This record gives sequence, C-alpha cells and structure tokens, in this order.
Amino acid sequence: MNIHEYQAKRLLKEYGVPVPRGYAATNSREVETAISHLGDDMIVVKAQIHAGGRGKGTFTDGYKGGVKVVKNREEAQDAANHMLDNTLVTAQTGPEGRKVQTLYFTEACDIEHEYYLAIVLDRETAQSVIIASTEGGMDIEAVAEATPEKIIRVSISPTMGLRHYHCRRVAFALGFEGEQVKQFARILTGVYKMFWEKNAMLVEINPLVTTKQGQIIALDAKVSFDSNAIFQHPDIQQLRDLNEEDPKEVEASKHNLAYIALDGNIACMVNGAGLAMATMDIIQSFGGSPANFLDVGGGANEDQVTAAFKIILSDPNVKGILVNIFGGIMKCDVIANGIVAAAKNVDITVPLVVRLEGTNVEAGKKILRESGVALTPADSLVQAAEFIVEQVKNAG
Amino acid sequence: MSILVNKDTRLVVQGITGKTGTFHTQQCIEYGTNVVAGVTPGKGGQIWDGKVPVCNTVEEAVKQHGANVSVIYVPPAFAADSILEAIEAQIPLVICITEGVPVRDMAEVRRRLYFHNTKTKLIGPNCPGIITPGECKIGIMPGYIHKPGRVGVVSRSGTLTYEAVWQLTQRGHGQSTCIGIGGDPINGTSQLDAIRMFNEDPETDAIIMIGEIGGSAEEEACAYIKEYVKKPVAGFIAGASAPKGRTMGHAGAIVSASGAGTAEAKFAAMEDAGVSIARNPSEIADALLRIYKG
Repeated sequence: MNIHEYQAKRLLKEYGVPVPRGYAATNSREVETAISHLGDDMIVVKAQIHAGGRGKGTFTDGYKGGVKVVKNREEAQDAANHMLDNTLVTAQTGPEGRKVQTLYFTEACDIEHEYYLAIVLDRETAQSVIIASTEGGMDIEAVAEATPEKIIRVSISPTMGLRHYHCRRVAFALGFEGEQVKQFARILTGVYKMFWEKNAMLVEINPLVTTKQGQIIALDAKVSFDSNAIFQHPDIQQLRDLNEEDPKEVEASKHNLAYIALDGNIACMVNGAGLAMATMDIIQSFGGSPANFLDVGGGANEDQVTAAFKIILSDPNVKGILVNIFGGIMKCDVIANGIVAAAKNVDITVPLVVRLEGTNVEAGKKILRESGVALTPADSLVQAAEFIVEQVKNAG
Repeated sequence: MSILVNKDTRLVVQGITGKTGTFHTQQCIEYGTNVVAGVTPGKGGQIWDGKVPVCNTVEEAVKQHGANVSVIYVPPAFAADSILEAIEAQIPLVICITEGVPVRDMAEVRRRLYFHNTKTKLIGPNCPGIITPGECKIGIMPGYIHKPGRVGVVSRSGTLTYEAVWQLTQRGHGQSTCIGIGGDPINGTSQLDAIRMFNEDPETDAIIMIGEIGGSAEEEACAYIKEYVKKPVAGFIAGASAPKGRTMGHAGAIVSASGAGTAEAKFAAMEDAGVSIARNPSEIADALLRIYKG
C-alpha cells in the first residue's frame, strides 16, 4: 500500500525526522489557509499523487510541472489554481495521467547538497538494506548504473536491528563530519524505526538535503507498506487513498478477489495466481490482449463468480471473457453450476469461453453445453485461447 | 523422494481445529497420510474427529506422539509464531500453508532458520504443500491428480502446478515428490533448494520447475542446473504479460520498477542452462517428454 508524500512526511516527523514545514489542501479554502501559514516568501507547491516524476510532468491542459518553487503567496495561489483537480501526466502515471486532488505547500530551503537515503526489505537476503548516496535528487537507478561506487549499501539483520555503528558507517561514507554525523544518525534511526515498526517495504528520501544553515532535512519522502501487514496498523489503513486506486480493484478486494486492471480487451477469470498469470500470457501469445488479471482463489462458487463477472463487465474495453478453472478439491461439475448460475445473474453480452479441467471434468463440460447459456466450452487451454481471440476478432 | 515426506511421516497439524485445518486434514487422512496429533492452544486434551489427539503445544506433539513433520493452517497474524514454535521444538520439516504472512515476520523466521538453527527445513508460506504420491500428502493439493513415479516437480504456484501434474499423470508419467514452495517473496525453500534435493535423490530421474515473475529464484536455480544437474529438466515461467510494479496475486510475483525479475530474464536463464522450455502452460509435460522418455 502506498501513501502520499505529505502523509509520509507527517509519519517521519513523528519519528524525529526533520521535514520542512508543510500544509496539505484538498479545496480552495484549504489552499488559502495553507498558503497563509507560510511566509510571503519562497514556497514549494507540490501535486500529491502516488507516482514519481511530478516535477517533470505536464498537466493534460498543457500546464507544465507538478512541483513548483514560487516566490510569494500570489504565485503559490496561481500554481494551486492550475494544479488542483487537474490531471497530471508523468513518466510513471501512464498516458492517461492521475487527477490531483491534494496539494502540499511547503517552505523552501537553502539547499547545500542533496543526498539519497532509502531503506528497503530485500527479498533475496531477507534483510533490511540501507541504501545511501551523495548523489541525491536524481534517478538512483541511473546513479547505480553509471557510478555504482557512489551507492552505499548496509544490510541490517532483522533480529539485531539498526545499531549506532551502522549509522556512523553510513554517515562517514556520505562525508558527514562533526555535529552532522550525530544529526544524520538520529535521522537514520528514526527512519529505520518507522520502517520496521510500521511494516514498510520501502522508505525513500530523495533528496535528503543539507541546508546552508547546516541542518539535515527530508525534502521528499516515499513510503510503501506491506499489504499483508496493514491489518496490524489501523493508523496506516486510514492513510489509504481510494482515489489513487482503480475502482474495479477496490470492488474486487471487497469480494476477496485479486483483480488488476490492464489495457486489453480479453478478460480472464481463473483460480490461482500462477494459473491466472499463465492464462493472461497465453492470450497474449495468441495475439490477444488481456484486459485484467483475476484470481477467484480457492472458492470459485456462484457468488464469487457472479461478483467477478460484474467487475469484469464494468470495464468498457472488455470484448470477450475467458474463464479457466482447474477443479482440484472443488469439482468441475460444482464449478460449472456456479458459472452457469452466475452467467444467468449477469447480462453477458460478449463472447464467453470456458475451459474446465480436473475432477469431474466431463460432467462439468456437459453442464456447460446443456446450460442454455451462450458460451463456448473448450477442451484445452490452447483451444480456449484460440477460441476467445478468434471470437473477439470476429465480433469486430 | 523419501528425504522429505513418505509413508513413515508422522504429521502434526498446527491449527487442526480451524475450518481450513479440519477440512484439509480430513482430505490428507483419506489419502493415507499419518496424522499423529494436532495443535490448538487451549484445546489440548481434546480428540479431533474422533481420531486425532489435540495438544496445546508443538513440543507436546513431538514428545507424546512422535511428530516429525508439521503443517501449519494458522491465520496470518500468528503463522510466523507457529513456525518459530515448531522450529524450537526441533521439528525437521515444517510446511506453512498460510497466505498473507507479513513479510517482516518471514524475514525474522528466515534469520532464525539459517543462523540460529540447523534442524528445521521450512516450506512456504503461502504454498499448497508437498506430496509424495501414494505415500504422503500434506497440504491442499487434490491427491487424485498425482501418480507415483519418478518426475520431481517444484513450483511457486498451486493450480498451475496441478495443470502440469495432471498432464504428466495422464501421459503415464508419475511424480516422485511435488513441492509447492509458494508465492511469497521470502520463504523457507527456494527453487534451488528443491532442485538440489531432486538432483541428489536416487528416486527422481527428471525435474520440472514452474516459476513466475519476481525475484531471482529461477535464475539462481538455473545457475545450479547448468553446473550440476545431468537429469533432464523442463520449465515454465508465468507472468510474461504482467505489467511492471504490480503484485500479481502472489506477494512475490512482481516485476520491480527497475525491471528486475521479468519472465524474459528467467526464460533466458533456463535457455542458458539447457532447460527444456514450455512456452505455454498446456505444454509443460510436453517440454519434459521431449527430452525424457521415462
């Protein structure tokens, strides 16, 4: 689960990480209030979306830049007027962009140097890894590619945790001296504590800056949390922004369906994540374009299949549906009855191909054939993919 | 493969009295698995389904009933704790079926397994389990699709594995052991671990590896295969059509924003290792039978 920059900064502040003074706003009244809190001086106006590249992005009406450093309150108001409720397209949003419903106003600061600091839970080593660099404010992947020696990595054992000597190691490697070593250690300790306590998968501060006055401040913050652990953190759950999620995906999660919207026009419904991915793959290999990933899980009963059909059909791009279910413990005849009943609950106006395999498969196929529902049973996954791609093409 | 589970396995079911634990234990007993005890804290002393004694702790199950393998059907909040308890009780093999275990918990479990303990092997979490056909079934896989034989199968998926196993069985080729290592990013047994075991098992003549996007497990396994495995190996990778940055159902099935963990990279590793590649899931058995006659 992702959160916005302003939320990440608030959270980090609670853990003792210095952030610039800032105020979030979702409407014109809040914009006015936010701007009034800041001096009539340099202000940074930042579009809040769950995607990077905001500074270089362009709004759909042509207004350039989702991060603006302005000279005074008037310019801040002007930037806000352009940004709020406008749609921002960045390298990470996809061409359709993301609607900006929240703005964040912060005081600007006199930057001496930009650093990079992140903590990530590394799956290969099963440890937390601190990643730091003197090359902040830019794409860290590019830095890693061009100058790998400028990336500092320190692994932290989950059972031992972050110790002060780790903090010193990173601080000295970044070239800090004297008082700033202590400041940095305090910051890193706070970031790690938040990362570990809140089950984050990633905390990225890019840039972490030193100011001309000698302070160290987090100028940007990106945090994402382990979805498996959210149930343990009601305070983090509150930070979820449904506007940043596809409504179909939100609906699907209510029914315990794993659903991901894609760009194509052939929808699929499968039991099991691996099989669902493989089904999307085979559609693509036959020249079709998958409209979604959908795992109905071990259930695949009438209620779930009905909910799944409804969600699939709420996507206007969908021109065909492929249902692929392997009946293991759940028998194919039971599944077939569920599919038929669900198909009768929902008005399915596009070609539907159903491929069943597993226990009682012949009985299942018979039920489908004799159901009176407009669907094509397939004998194999290859045949099913061929059928659906063909039928979608013919439908025009 | 008698290293992990076979007819001598004495299974304890952690979470036996829960709905999932009860259903799948009944199925496993029907298959012939020897379930010697269950563990549900607070229900020690009860008898489950008129046949299996329930204990309060895993230690009791080991001391009083000689359990030597544990399967865990415990909700995500308590699953890691259950694994740690089994490790402490020195159970040689623990299989955690549970989906949704916090990743941080698994990082801690892994640390415990590899740096503080030498006795326990963990499979999972978020896995269908392990089966040695005809001898012992532990987990949620449908028993009837399997057949005793000499092909070892290792997979991150559940139903995708059943597809492959069904194909093999229907073509007359049985399986020595099928291990579902699960779909999580941090788990107990990797593709490499399983393939190493199959390679060293005199009862396994050929291997199938079913992988998916995310992480580098398949690449690591292929490096091992290239160097050490002479037995025929076939493989398939799911997720070639998945977009970057999205978790495709399994917590570990994600191509990172920087492009690490793609199906393409894994297929390339397989090609380099001489693995016979299935390009679609219907052809997994075919990919093996091209190079293995049984």
